[in-house]
This record gives sequence, C-alpha cells and structure tokens, in this order.
Amino acid sequence: MDFLLDIPVLGFILQFLVYLVNVIGNGHIAPIILGLAAPIALGALCGVMNERSGVVNIGIEGMMLFSAYIAFMTALFVHQAFPAEPSQLFGATPALISGVLAGVIAGVLISLLHAWLSISIRADQIISGTIINITALGLTSYLNRLIKPFDSAGTFRSFRPPAGLIELPGVGWLFEMFTAVGPIAMSTIVLVIIVQILLFRSRWGLRTRAVGEHPKAADTVGINVIGLRYRNVLIGGVFAGLAGAYLTLEATGSFQNNMTAGRGFIALAAMIFGRWTPLGAFGGALLFMGSQAIGVAIRLAPPVGDLGTFLFGIQQAYPSLYNNFFTGLPYLLTIIVLAGVVGRSNAPAADGKPYEKESSS
Amino acid sequence: MISRPRSYVGLLVVPALSILLALLVASVIIIASSLIGPEKKINLLLPLVAYRSLLAGSFGNFKGIANMIVAATPLMLTGLAVGVGLKAGLFNIGGTGQVLMGGFAASLTGVLLTGASPWIAIPAALLVGMLAGALAGFIPGFLKAFTGAHEVVTTIMLNALVQLLVSGLVNDVFRAPGFSFARTAPVGNAELTGVAGTNLHFGVIFALVCIPISYWLLWRTTVGFEIRAVGANPTAALYAGMKPRRTMMLTMSLCGAFAGLAGAIEVLRLGYYPAVFGTSIGFDGITVALLGQSHPFGIMLSALLLGAMRAGAPLMQIQARVPVEIIDVIQGIILIFLAAEIVVRKIFRLRTPQEGTGELQTITRTYGEKVVG
Repeated sequence: MDFLLDIPVLGFILQFLVYLVNVIGNGHIAPIILGLAAPIALGALCGVMNERSGVVNIGIEGMMLFSAYIAFMTALFVHQAFPAEPSQLFGATPALISGVLAGVIAGVLISLLHAWLSISIRADQIISGTIINITALGLTSYLNRLIKPFDSAGTFRSFRPPAGLIELPGVGWLFEMFTAVGPIAMSTIVLVIIVQILLFRSRWGLRTRAVGEHPKAADTVGINVIGLRYRNVLIGGVFAGLAGAYLTLEATGSFQNNMTAGRGFIALAAMIFGRWTPLGAFGGALLFMGSQAIGVAIRLAPPVGDLGTFLFGIQQAYPSLYNNFFTGLPYLLTIIVLAGVVGRSNAPAADGKPYEKESSS
Repeated sequence: MISRPRSYVGLLVVPALSILLALLVASVIIIASSLIGPEKKINLLLPLVAYRSLLAGSFGNFKGIANMIVAATPLMLTGLAVGVGLKAGLFNIGGTGQVLMGGFAASLTGVLLTGASPWIAIPAALLVGMLAGALAGFIPGFLKAFTGAHEVVTTIMLNALVQLLVSGLVNDVFRAPGFSFARTAPVGNAELTGVAGTNLHFGVIFALVCIPISYWLLWRTTVGFEIRAVGANPTAALYAGMKPRRTMMLTMSLCGAFAGLAGAIEVLRLGYYPAVFGTSIGFDGITVALLGQSHPFGIMLSALLLGAMRAGAPLMQIQARVPVEIIDVIQGIILIFLAAEIVVRKIFRLRTPQEGTGELQTITRTYGEKVVG
C-alpha cells in the first residue's frame, strides 16, 4: 500500500490523512479538540436558544467576553478573601465555583439587555447584538485597565480517566476526548444532548419552535410569545456565560482584552452549519476548532517523511505565516462553510422579526 | 419605501439626547470606578474633572483642535464605510480588516516609490490603499450576493484573517532590518507630515472631499438610487429591473475603499506599517455611522465628536486618571440609547415618528437566508 503514498500530490494528501487519523487516534489530541470546541459549542447553544424562538443574536461574542471577565474577577476576589486548596474533583475551589456562577449571572444579565432591546423595544436585533459586542469590549477593557489584576484564582483541572479506558483500541480516543477534560467542557456535551432532546421532544421545544416559525399562530393557540422569547434568550445567556467562564477559569486562568477573538461569531457559523440544531452545531464546533488543533498536533507530534520535511521547510522559511495559518484556519473554514451552507439551510421563519400583537398597533 | 430624511433638526435631536444621556451614565460609571481605582474612595467630582480635561485636550488650543481633526479624519472614512453600506441594507463591520489591508498596501507602495516626489507618491499610495480596501470589501459582498453568507459573520472572520495574514507577511517577508520590532521600511516621500507646527496633514482634505462625494453619489446618481432601493427592498429592486447582486458587490467594494483610504492615511501618517497595528478606527466607524444616522453630513459631525473624544482622552487619562477606554464605554452607551430611541423619546416627551428607516429591517431580514433570486 505504501506505493500510494509516493504518488505526487495525491500521495501527499494521503500521507496527511494517515497522519491525521493516527494523531487523533493515538496522539492524545482529542481532548484538546473538545477543549477548543467547548466555548464554540456553548455559544452555538446560546444561538440556538435565541434563534429557534425567533431572536437573532450576534451579541454572543460580547456576552462571552463580559462573562469571562466577571467570572475571572469574582473568582479572583473570592480566592483572595478565602484561599482554599484545590479539591480532588477537577481541582475545584470555592473561588472557581463562585466565578462560574457569577459568569453565568453576567451572561443572563447581558442577554436581558438584548431581550429588552430586541423583544420589548423592537430595536433592530443585529444592531442590538453589535451594541452588546462594542459595549462589552469597551467595559471590560476599561475595568481591566483600571484594576490591573496580577493574581489569578487558577483553573479547573482536567479529569484523569483510568488508563485502561483510554487505551482501548479503536475507541479509546473517544473516551479520552469526553473525559480527559475540565468540568465545563465535559458538561458541554451533556448540555448539547439535553437541549437537543428538549427542543425536539418536549412541550417547551414544540412551543419554542412554533414561536420561531410562526409567532402569530402560536399566539392564537394561547402561547405567550413575548414571555417565551424572553425566557429562551435568558437561558441562552446561561450558555454564553458558561462559555465565558470556560475561557478564563478552565482554559487560561487569566483575562486578556478581547480574548474571545471572534469565537461568538464562529459559534454562529457553527449553529448555521448545524442547521439550528444543538447536535449539528456541536459537530460544526468540532470541525472548525479541530482545524486549529491540527496545528497543535503538528507541534506536539511532528509528522515524519515527505510531509514532515515539507512542513518543516515552510516553518523555517516563514515561521510567522506558518503559525498564523493554523490560527486562522477556523476563521477561513467558517467563511467557506457559511458560503456553502447558507443557501441550502433554512433559518426559523420568524428569525429576527420582532413580534407585535395586532391589537396593540 | 425609500427613507428620506425626516427633517435635519429632527435627525439631530435623538443623537444629541443619546450623547447627553450616555455622558450622564458614564459619569455614574466613573464615580463608581473611582472606588476601585487608584484612590480607592468615592470622588463625586471625578466625572467633571475627566470631561473638562477631555474638552481641554481636544478644544483647549489650536494644537488640540488640530489633533481633533486629525483623529476625526479616518473616522469620517470608516463611518462612511459603514454608513453607505447601511443604505444598501448591508452591515459592514469589517472596517478593521479593510483598514489593515489599505494601510498595508499603502505602506508597500510608499516603500516602492521611495524616491518619487510626494505629489506622486502620496496619491499613488492612497489609491493603492483604497483598491486594497475595496478588495477586502468585495469578498464579503460577493459572498453575500452569491451564497447568502451574512456579511456580519464573514467580515468579522475576514478581520481576523487579514490581521493574521498581514502581520505574518510583515514578520516573514517585508520586515525592515535594524528595528527592534517587526515593521516595514519607511514610506519615504509618501509620508503625511504635519503642517504649520501641528499634526494637520493633507490627508484631511481627502477625507473631507469624500463626504460631499458620497452625498452626491447616494442622492444624485442612478447608482445611489439603486443602492438605496436595494437597501429598502432587494426583491422589489430585482423586479424593478435592478441588479441587487451587482449593487451589493459594488457597495461593499465602495465601503472597503473608504475604509482602505482611512487605513492608508493612518499608515502614511505613521510613516511605516507595524506588524501589530492596533487601531480602533474600524470599529469606531460603526458608532460614527449609527450616530450620524448613515447620512454623510451626520457622519462628518459624529466623526468630529468621536475624534474630539479620542484626541482628548490621553490628557484625561493623565489628569483625571480615568482610563482612555472610557471612550469605548461611552460609545457603547450612546449606541444603546440610540437603539432604544423610543425610550429616549419617552424620557424627553418627544413625539414618535411613524416608521423607522427601512434599511435596518433589510439587514436582519436577510440574515441566514438567500438575499435574492
């Protein structure tokens, strides 16, 4: 079979695919992929909650950023007031747990602003989301400059699954992916499945979809359109808040200005890619961020043979462009996927349209 | 329905009140943050001190006024880059990427023409910057027109991509030797130097000229009519025999050209292109356009206002020890009040006009679906 790998261009691609399968299966890269995808998936869940009930939310980015900051600062304050040893389970401390809670509350509060502007005030929803992004960026940079935190409350630790589980041939990497991660990343997959089931199998899900597709009809049968939209946008804020807390309390342990770096928008694209379903969006998140993980994999376990020589040559000649290429892959994939998918997928029919009872106008 | 300005006074009232309310809210934030700031005690006068030094930094003397105009110059252009797009129902938040493209291309042109006379080098560099910006704007326009990919997502992704590409190129290919950080070689004669002992430069004229030109384009030409018609209703424009797809690509390229010119002016003023070119002018353009109600002259006024804030902010940070980032906070709050126009009107007991502008509805309507055809 090896002769296949020697064919010019095609062999090269085959070499790359062989390398990919190898590195995902045996390279301990799978948990990294889930780690990168978790905030995207949570952001996409926020998007699903909003848009399935007919509210466009491009403010996910700002919600994540604001929650990330509040989560980090709360954890820091609690850490300084009540220092505690990390516990056995995930290395959790009172500081980290209160940080996550504060991040979630911050996410809900910002989505309350979005809900008020887009549902009650009936402002343009894209403008409202942009305003949230601008305000969150400004406010967090302002506070970050004012307080300049040097300390950190640390981060959650990844779970250590038993070695026997992750060394299972064939499926070991899957177990590793979903267990050798921190608590927020681990709960992401659970939340995705829960929302998926509730959205398509529960009364709430049916009502939500009805409100997103045809609010007038939903209103006629006695569903409180405004109330349901409010509730769903606020629940979406919980997910955005978790995504923010993930960035500061599980992934990095610090806060930098604009640290979300477009993740909220990649989340939107993942949602569109997944056709407004939680599971599909999760798949999109894995796809987008998996591309970034390839860069990590190549650094940790460089490929051998022609492929390795080729990549090493590029890296030597253009170190900066080489690194930026892998950093930029998720953004590039987002554009490509969006361009390929949008025309063939349908947004909820009432997405972005404020609802107004006819009697009141 | 193609929206017409209600009346010029009417257009000014809500933005002016929004600014007023935002300054009030911001002063509450400043007072609250004086508690956690360096002094750790409540200082009720801090907002006044801050706003006074903000004014002194921008209007205090001739130099301050010059700084304000220089700061407002790129904002007029990035404001147009968003405002003209809004007229066509396109929300161009890719100003940052288009600015970087324009600036980078202009710096390379300057390096290439380093021996040429300024009369050739400056216009050539600005023109190349505009073209590069137009290219960066064309891509999301093309994607929107032919695939339906919403420009809000694609432009944000392009912002990140352009930043990564250009900084990689400066680091690996165009890095000038002999400097402690990665940057391009000096732009030579294309540099926009200050005149009369101030920072005022000839680039100001280019920005000021773009304001009446875009007014003329939007309201006095067929192209402008098509832009506004597509913004009001793409489907109706299609049935009226216009080509919404072509108009979208053209408008986005035009928006990119404005932003590219802004980037070119900023880079030529600096004299070189640094690998990390941190600039807020791309995003400020969103505030400028929304505050200026997407009208060229409104954009000019709000660019001057924001330019004053940007020019005065460093003095405010020194004198009142309020971080310059408060300007970003004020911007955000102004926008919240603008969006909640109804609330502002209730607070001041103003009459509510019948229908808002049509373009904004087009933006959200075309989200996640094919625009035309």
